[in-house]
Amino acid sequence: MLNQIDINTIQNLIYIIASVMFIYGIKMLGKEATAVKGNFISALAMFLAVGITVVGVINPLIILGGIALGAIVGSVIAIKVKMTSIPEMVALFNGFGGLATFFIAWSEHNSGIENILQNSLVILTLAIGGITFTGSLIAFGKLSERLKIDKASIITKTFTTIFYAAILYLLASLLVFPLIDISFDYFTILIILVLLAGIGFVLPIGGGDMPVVISLLNSFSGIAAAFAGLLLFNNVLIVAGSLVGASGLILTIIMAKAMNRSISNILFVGYASASKSSSSKEQGEVKPISVADAYLILENASSVLVVPGYGMAVAQAQHTVRELGELLEENGTEVKYGIHPVAGRMPGHMNVLLAEANVPYDVLVEPDDVNPMMDTVDVALVIGANDVVNPSATEEPGSPIYGMPIIEVNNAKTVFVLKRSMSSGFAGVQNPLFFKENTRMLFGDAKESISGLVSEFKD
Amino acid sequence: MESLILLGFVLVLSIFLGLELISKVPSTLHTPLMSGANAISGIALVGALTLAQDSQLQTALAFFAITFASINVFGGYLVTNRMLKMFKKK
Repeated sequence: MLNQIDINTIQNLIYIIASVMFIYGIKMLGKEATAVKGNFISALAMFLAVGITVVGVINPLIILGGIALGAIVGSVIAIKVKMTSIPEMVALFNGFGGLATFFIAWSEHNSGIENILQNSLVILTLAIGGITFTGSLIAFGKLSERLKIDKASIITKTFTTIFYAAILYLLASLLVFPLIDISFDYFTILIILVLLAGIGFVLPIGGGDMPVVISLLNSFSGIAAAFAGLLLFNNVLIVAGSLVGASGLILTIIMAKAMNRSISNILFVGYASASKSSSSKEQGEVKPISVADAYLILENASSVLVVPGYGMAVAQAQHTVRELGELLEENGTEVKYGIHPVAGRMPGHMNVLLAEANVPYDVLVEPDDVNPMMDTVDVALVIGANDVVNPSATEEPGSPIYGMPIIEVNNAKTVFVLKRSMSSGFAGVQNPLFFKENTRMLFGDAKESISGLVSEFKD
Repeated sequence: MESLILLGFVLVLSIFLGLELISKVPSTLHTPLMSGANAISGIALVGALTLAQDSQLQTALAFFAITFASINVFGGYLVTNRMLKMFKKK
């Protein structure tokens, strides 16, 4: 008996140390200079917390087998994944974390519920974990472009209905069922409904809003872990889970602000209904430009701002872009990269792609820093970005994206827009930038166009 | 019941601490922060390890919870590290 108490006390002490390390780790993860170290400290904290828990477990074979299997699968995915696939992989890992808490809640339910508070915790942990799991799987499908179901399709609408039904059932499970005598197995139905709810939650949300959804799901997985901590009376789960919940929430808010929309608008309304109200005005003519002519202008430019978007990721053009940037610098041009917070499919997506292509992070600038000096930029090179450079956001009060902070490339002396065709961006809003006096369209595959410019420079 | 309220207190304070810690993160680090935080949410592994295994169903649930949380932990930390190593200053 005494021995048992000792192990418990030691475990709890180690959990406190691990919690402090998690706090330091996540703090250091927020600064460029200390980020690698921060991640290491957080990993060490995890190792400590898991290590002290494994001491004296009931069934070592199951436990060590599970850890070994997870370690192998996780490591192989992490080492093999391409940097362009990071968004969907983060979504997938996130879903697995949610699934683990879902199983924890399920198991706790089977251990016997003692009071209504515990019952509520089991239900909430199960629901958040389950929604995180299937929601992340849908996000994974959308991000990896495996899943192509239209927002307006009957499938999406059915799942959206199921989502709301599941929420009602969840509320009933929390507030009504514990008070009345029910003759059916409400928990099994709840298990199925929360899994379906996750699908219905993410399915209607468009690709351009993915940075918000993926941040929110990240937050959910943390909250689920914290709730599981309450359920199991485990303080390290609570602290670590809360930290993740908070960081995901902050990213969600940053993303929503960068789109000038409320979180509920992104989750439950979407652009589709908003864009109907936008008036399509007389747009004028676009002025195409050839690679050779673009080269001549770039050669004489003294400052160039590259503005990448999801199109650069699709075309896998980041390495070629970096090559062009280096050639421009050799030519005496100052090259900066203007990165909008929601460019791409996840928070910081462009930064990761450019880092992969060896672009140093200190030449990446944020909209607030670059906009005031935009009139000194000779050429703004827009590569596969659309909504984040759409001047309607500042000029057209009726536009659905009015008020969204953008990179104001229209104020640069010349704008080159690299684009496949004249289709509109994710928001489905026309972009007046393409018709401006100082804009030239460089049509075609972004990678090919930039390779063309690179070879012009080399000749 | 009382200890649950105490733990609830820990929960609320930790969320506020988290919000303070991460409120000003440069956008360069948004992806690594998310992926690093994601790895931390694999702390569910510690919870999974303590689950009772009184029935076959519970053993299976514990095994799956441990496996999936481990994927989250190992994959999350490794990929975050891989990503951060790419960030270079000029």
